[in-house]
Amino acid sequence: MFNNLKIVLHQGKQYIPDIATAQVPGIFRGRPVISTLNVDEAELVEICPTNAISGNPLSIDLGRCVFCGECALAYPDKIKFTTDYKIATNDRQKLIIAEGKDEPVDLNPELIRKEISSYFSGSLKLRQVCAGGDGSCEMELNACSNVNFDMGRFGIEFVASPRHADGVVITGPITSNMAQPLQICYDAIPEPKIIILAGTDAISGGIFEGSPALDRDFLRKYKIDLYVPGNPIHPLTFINGVLQLIRKRI
Amino acid sequence: MNYTGIRNNETIPISTIPELDYSSFLELNVFTLLNTAGSHCVSYFGFPWFDKIKLICCIAKDEQNSICISSSVIDMKQPLPSFSNYKLVFEKFEREIHENFGINYTDHPWLKPVRFPFNRFDKSSNIANYPFFKIESEELHEVGVGPIHAGIIEPGHFRFICNGEQILHLEIQLGYQHRGVEQLFLDKKKLLQRVVLAENIAGDSAAGHTVAFVNLWESLCKFQPGRDLQLSRTIALELERIAVHTGDLSGMCTDVAYQLGSAVYGRLRTPVINYFQKWCGNRLAKGLVRVGKNNYPITQTLADELLVLFEEYEKDFEEISEELFSLPSTLARFEKTGVVTTEQAALVGTVGMSARMSELKRDIRFSHPHDLYPELRHEPVLRNQGDVYSRGRIRKKEIDQSMGYIRELIQNLPSVEAADQLGNPIPNSFAISLVEGWRGEICHCAITGDNGDLIHYKIKDPSFHNWLAMALAVRNNEISDFPICNKSFDLSYCGHDL
Ligand code: SF4
Repeated sequence: MFNNLKIVLHQGKQYIPDIATAQVPGIFRGRPVISTLNVDEAELVEICPTNAISGNPLSIDLGRCVFCGECALAYPDKIKFTTDYKIATNDRQKLIIAEGKDEPVDLNPELIRKEISSYFSGSLKLRQVCAGGDGSCEMELNACSNVNFDMGRFGIEFVASPRHADGVVITGPITSNMAQPLQICYDAIPEPKIIILAGTDAISGGIFEGSPALDRDFLRKYKIDLYVPGNPIHPLTFINGVLQLIRKRI
Repeated sequence: MNYTGIRNNETIPISTIPELDYSSFLELNVFTLLNTAGSHCVSYFGFPWFDKIKLICCIAKDEQNSICISSSVIDMKQPLPSFSNYKLVFEKFEREIHENFGINYTDHPWLKPVRFPFNRFDKSSNIANYPFFKIESEELHEVGVGPIHAGIIEPGHFRFICNGEQILHLEIQLGYQHRGVEQLFLDKKKLLQRVVLAENIAGDSAAGHTVAFVNLWESLCKFQPGRDLQLSRTIALELERIAVHTGDLSGMCTDVAYQLGSAVYGRLRTPVINYFQKWCGNRLAKGLVRVGKNNYPITQTLADELLVLFEEYEKDFEEISEELFSLPSTLARFEKTGVVTTEQAALVGTVGMSARMSELKRDIRFSHPHDLYPELRHEPVLRNQGDVYSRGRIRKKEIDQSMGYIRELIQNLPSVEAADQLGNPIPNSFAISLVEGWRGEICHCAITGDNGDLIHYKIKDPSFHNWLAMALAVRNNEISDFPICNKSFDLSYCGHDL
């Protein structure tokens, strides 16, 4: 008992006080900034493993980018990854970062369904479905609820049953073998319900795009309420994105 | 010689691998090569070879630091006696060969689907109609769990046959995570695509699988990595071990409802993965390991930060570990729970931590050392009870050991040398790379064709061997102990399903 109390005392304060302004350590690859410098575009486009870069004018699609960092290493004056982790949005177009633009990625209020803030602003229960995820986004989603990020303080929690959930968080490129379980899980969630795609694999297939082992039909059927890019997602990206989605707007 | 003995990370012409008729091939691998405790099968697979199938079997000889490669070419339609009938360690490998090519084994004990790959031979078999083992009984009942589980983890289905609360039998059905990774290694032609694929085989082993891939590729291209590259790779592997082991200790505490341990280990993991982010921009080390170049050499500042991190980590880690492993309430749940005996472990051919907990001395760092491991003269941590407690203790000890290795390695930082130009893979070759990831032995094999293009890529995650050990471990345990058993193994679904 005393040992345990001593251990508690030794931990100090571990939680991050302000989720929206916290700084991430080191050289995190968050929102890229692309300069208008003239470079060999074709070569730059060719570097990218997931066709996330398009030319004329140059842009990076964060829904396809696996944040390998190689483009920025090859063309450091053209592309810089900033530590801005707030890159979640509900607008697929906003994930495409154009050259010469240095603006935050945010949500498009027009696209947020009304029932989301009226039902979920104080409490949101989510069911996670991993459909071919490599375990990394899953680990980061778990980290959202640890003592550091402590997402529970905002009333956002992961639950064990779809029947208790207000929405589904999908990770992974959606394998054919998981297509049916995903559908069954989604159908079991009571209305109204939301869909969040966590990680580049879920948003576009990532490095697995085009694999014959995938079945992404599910995504064509429903409106996606939030895209959270990353490989894996950063807990701060996820929490801030979800908060922006559910908090009441004036 | 009816096999070729090679070293870890060696490339040989495919023509130098002896091609035996099937019965001599069976005789050699089952009876001649697997004759000592240190011999085990690291990979056994088939691939299309003209209009037939070429089988390649790789048996590691731990005492001699060598791997024995042999082959046989078989007709797809010809029924064959199985290796598994004699040695169970081949069980999964042969099921995979059967599933991929329809090879009919006449005496295989358990010829069931492995992962329902998109290119399986029998398209009528699908994941919704897996043939579960059944018992007709009034007393017994079945419990099905998954594919989607209660927590945030990967999908897989567990089917228990129970007598009341007691588990008699567990069958694990996987495949839900199948993304076609091995085929993508052939389809995606850019080197960077393949590296990124390796990083995404299993997110908790990004360093492990990527080091396996880059070592293999560099060997195929006759590229000699400099010391700074090898240093980064060795540190990445050991740091990944520390991070995941710490996270697993947290998970094990969660599963026995020791909330304090769960929180403390959980938060101790954070600075370790944040260190990866400082080092390479990603908390799980994606982006760190590359073929033929070092994007993020360890600088003196980084090395110093790591020493400070360990100093802070160690204090709290030792304190909580002392408590966890002496608390009667946790010990009551850990000890004698989920036991795998040494005989069972040898029978199913477990690797890594899951072997060492049952006193099987299997550790690539010791038996087939690569990168800077030869200098570390690694001595594996062993236990002999094979229970949850052993799996926890090994983690604790291995974390201490890994911190020691990293401290030793960063004492003298090498200067960063400009790397040689990376050439192309040698045509018509076979290469093998073994890495001891935190979970155990990772094996990648590559085969190139006439113009140096990949014609086959084979990945084996340690989970491929170890899932069966987990199924055996829970027998006769209470079903309520299943979560702690599962967590204490922490096997990979995506690494298995590929
Ligand atoms: S960082 Fe993103 S955009 Fe740049 S090369 Fe890698 S995947 Fe492509």
